[in-house]
Amino acid sequence: MSVESAPSPSRLVTELKRGLDAPICLTWELTYACNLQCVHCLSSSGQRDPRELTTTEAKQVLDELRDLQVFYINIGGGEPMVRRDFFELLEYSIDNGIGVKFSTNGAFIDADKARRLAAMDYLDVQISLDGTDALTNDAVRGAGSYDMAIRAMDNLQEAAFGPFKISVVATRHNVDQLDEFKALADSYGARLRITRLRPSGRGADSWHDLHPTNAQQRQIYDWLLAHGDNVLTGDSFFHLNALGDPLPGLNMCGAGRVVCLIDPIGDVYACPFVIHDEFRAGSVRDEGGFATVWKQSSRFLELREPQSAGACGSCGSYDACQGGCMAAKFFTGLPLDGPDPECVKSHGEQLLEGIDIGQNPKPGMDHTKPVRITLGAKVAQIG
Amino acid sequence: MDDTTMIEADDVEANVAADDLVEAELLVEEISIDGMCGVY
Amino acid sequence: MPDTIPSTILDSGLELNPRVALRPEPFGALAYNYGNRRLVFLKHPDVVRVAKGLAEHESLRETLRACEIPVERWPSFATAFESLKSSEVVRER
Repeated sequence: MSVESAPSPSRLVTELKRGLDAPICLTWELTYACNLQCVHCLSSSGQRDPRELTTTEAKQVLDELRDLQVFYINIGGGEPMVRRDFFELLEYSIDNGIGVKFSTNGAFIDADKARRLAAMDYLDVQISLDGTDALTNDAVRGAGSYDMAIRAMDNLQEAAFGPFKISVVATRHNVDQLDEFKALADSYGARLRITRLRPSGRGADSWHDLHPTNAQQRQIYDWLLAHGDNVLTGDSFFHLNALGDPLPGLNMCGAGRVVCLIDPIGDVYACPFVIHDEFRAGSVRDEGGFATVWKQSSRFLELREPQSAGACGSCGSYDACQGGCMAAKFFTGLPLDGPDPECVKSHGEQLLEGIDIGQNPKPGMDHTKPVRITLGAKVAQIG
Repeated sequence: MDDTTMIEADDVEANVAADDLVEAELLVEEISIDGMCGVY
Repeated sequence: MPDTIPSTILDSGLELNPRVALRPEPFGALAYNYGNRRLVFLKHPDVVRVAKGLAEHESLRETLRACEIPVERWPSFATAFESLKSSEVVRER
């Protein structure tokens, strides 16, 4: 092959936005069941869905991912460790050359499980935490959840698991705790991950009260610039790049292009934050399975076309912010080809004023547990 | 990022000088796993 | 020009790191190292061919020759393979 017949080295982001032959990784929510009821849960989890993939079906998906050479999966839920076949699927995945990273609230990581996890090859654990004290954290994640998470971290440390991740969703109430989060992670030799709150799932209801204010967004941005090399963000704050120097990262939405979501019943969505028909690409149960959905679904092919700047075209910051996050726009009722609701120039804020919240798209799935009322006792429900 | 399109194969010969310049850039590029939204 | 490249990398016997998975893509390939979790894009099909041919040849220089990479491009390839070495996608044999 000579240089005349081969194309020049391509601009990386351009290629990524056109979509890859297989995802780099994908998020797989194993179950809608959860022992917690976090107010901002992106998957509105709580109760198991009777249609959830069986162990056999799950292994078939893993076989497909192996054949596609997906490098690793990011397992979540609900609470994935609730599934009885959790370890079986973990081992099957790793044995088939697919690495596993999983997100958990830590409730089920007792000393024994911690040792079991520590013994496994290619496994990353991410513990969710939204406050550096029980008051702040439990207000969002429920009574006892802070203790649950800390106990899991202690157990992982005791079992010499190695570096795990602590994953934080930045909210109005924990923005001032960023230094403490870093110190907490450091104390465990863990990596800190700070991510953006999206109005997805139950997050739609709490978003207006929970999302950082404009001043707090700048605070987050400044803090990330100062600590960027040590703190992970999953590139979830690229909408803040219009504030100045870009944060580390490619500044791009990977949904439908380099990543996607498989939900507990096998539906495939562009990403975990858009569980809604609008972004549903198909099902692993369809003829042709996951591979066909990834390669041929019209929804994904649309996302892989160059996206229009739309109303943002006249704004000088579009190159920096890329118009923000489509999930944030969709669930706040904003058009996808326009500003993000948290646009740092307040273009989104202005549009939001004209929106009737009642008309906004509702989450596609809602597995929130119903409120339980026991006779003679207080309502036993959080959030 | 801008909408720069791929150089079409037909144009390669006309742009050989540009190719030299481009190849002086990267043939390989490491990407942070943390650098694309949705990748964990 | 080849004369000005430090000769070490060209004369090195290299091989793909056994913990690396190389996955073809339209523009070249993705290299994922399961050991250090790093991801590298090989942005040209020729780089992929050379990377795959490394183990069969004495040195990078021989591999480039066998893959018919014109000498004018060797500086770019030397830089690329230095980079792949520091990312731990390839290693010295």
